Amino acid sequence: MGNAHDLLVVGAGPAGMAAAWRAAQNGLRVCVVDDNPAAGGQIWRGGPPEAQVWFERIRSVDVKVINGARVFQQLRPGTLLAETTSGVCELSYKSLVLATGARERFLPFPGWTLPNVMGAGGLQALVKTGLPIEGKHVVVAGSGPLLLAVAAYLRGHGANVLLIAEQASSVQLARFAVGLFSKRSQAFDLKRQLSGVPYRSGCWVSEAHGAERLESVTLVHGKKRWQVSCDYLACGFHLVPNVELAELLGCDTEFGHVKVNAFQQTTVANVYSAGETTGIGGLELSLVEGEIAGLAAAGKHDAARELFPVRVRQRKFADLLNRTFALRDELKYLSTPETIVCRCEDVTLERLQQHKSWREAKLQTRCGMGPCQGRVCGGAVEFLFGWRATSVRPPMLPVRISSLIRK
Amino acid sequence: MSDFVTLVINGIAVEMPAGSMVSAAILKTGTYAFRRSVTGEPRGPLCGMGICFECRVTIDGEQHCRSCQTVCRNGMDVRTDG
Repeated sequence: MGNAHDLLVVGAGPAGMAAAWRAAQNGLRVCVVDDNPAAGGQIWRGGPPEAQVWFERIRSVDVKVINGARVFQQLRPGTLLAETTSGVCELSYKSLVLATGARERFLPFPGWTLPNVMGAGGLQALVKTGLPIEGKHVVVAGSGPLLLAVAAYLRGHGANVLLIAEQASSVQLARFAVGLFSKRSQAFDLKRQLSGVPYRSGCWVSEAHGAERLESVTLVHGKKRWQVSCDYLACGFHLVPNVELAELLGCDTEFGHVKVNAFQQTTVANVYSAGETTGIGGLELSLVEGEIAGLAAAGKHDAARELFPVRVRQRKFADLLNRTFALRDELKYLSTPETIVCRCEDVTLERLQQHKSWREAKLQTRCGMGPCQGRVCGGAVEFLFGWRATSVRPPMLPVRISSLIRK
Repeated sequence: MSDFVTLVINGIAVEMPAGSMVSAAILKTGTYAFRRSVTGEPRGPLCGMGICFECRVTIDGEQHCRSCQTVCRNGMDVRTDG
């Protein structure tokens, strides 16, 4: 391919931006492709002030950014296909960086399919993109540091955050607080922004109530149960790496994330991966992994090596993070037999319980076979039954028939 | 470029800040059920980032558009199915 990019980066979040910047700085012709209408990924949606240094870096180098394009298939080795509103683009590359990020883990409980029960990051994304939240009553629940950031953001935009319910125990969290010393200023900022908002550890939502939309939630804390009226429930259980594209390309995964070597290279030649895709670790780890991947793709291995100590420090923090927010077993037993687990195909818990593997459940119930292709229920069935998706097939996402017909 | 755009949601004109997503505009009109599930349940946005497909609606006649990944444009015609 004569017009192949030296480096194609899939995902314009922090890891992808860092990889693109480093590679372009070192002379590669770089293209970044992203599903979202603007660069920044989920964390930098809307281009917050703290991200400006990175947006400026991308502008300072010659990088082609294609937004609103979702990669759905590999045409042949070295060429991916992406769908846009106006058609399909062919993206050819010599090297590839997969920086496809992560999504929230959702767990089923009675009422979780009601309108206005959303992911924590999900509600934040909506507010960032124009949803008025002023005066609305919001319960933030689930697990992970994202809950605090979301609660602070919503409150800053006028929401009445009634409670933050974190499922992890206070003992787990105390260990995390010690580990937070390295990020003390961030932690203090959040504490100030959230003063007066009740934060309960060892607490979770057991049920959402409402007819056509959410009206209230039931919370559980130890032996205590109570009901709270609210307009929105923002509920996510930490994050799950987006590994589908990596798996489609034949990259090995382990523990649910893409396996990489010291230079962020996957088990497939010329394919690198960085950021949450290679394991949940937060912004700083994503950035340094992206930089290493970009430098390695440009053949600058010595420069990449200089960043290894930063990555070691950030990985320690990531390990602590993932231990702290390990999910408690009680969450496996919230659903009733009638609770829907697969929202695309409305497959209930009792129908899934009749099967021994996800493959069998898929064949018999269509669980994971709807438009999201198991991206929502996959994280849930992994936690509930220990099942993991066995294969990714093209197209990775629903696309128009016309996108599949190649002239 | 104006700071606001006006789109039409189920026949009602809505003004949104430029750059807003269609999903946010729909919720602003007080419509919470964006679609019906295969068994008829009301559903609205869940992930807010293009993963879950729960927020899909019809935009300018095209079905199954993810409203959370679509930026509001002047004159856009949006239909929910909830």
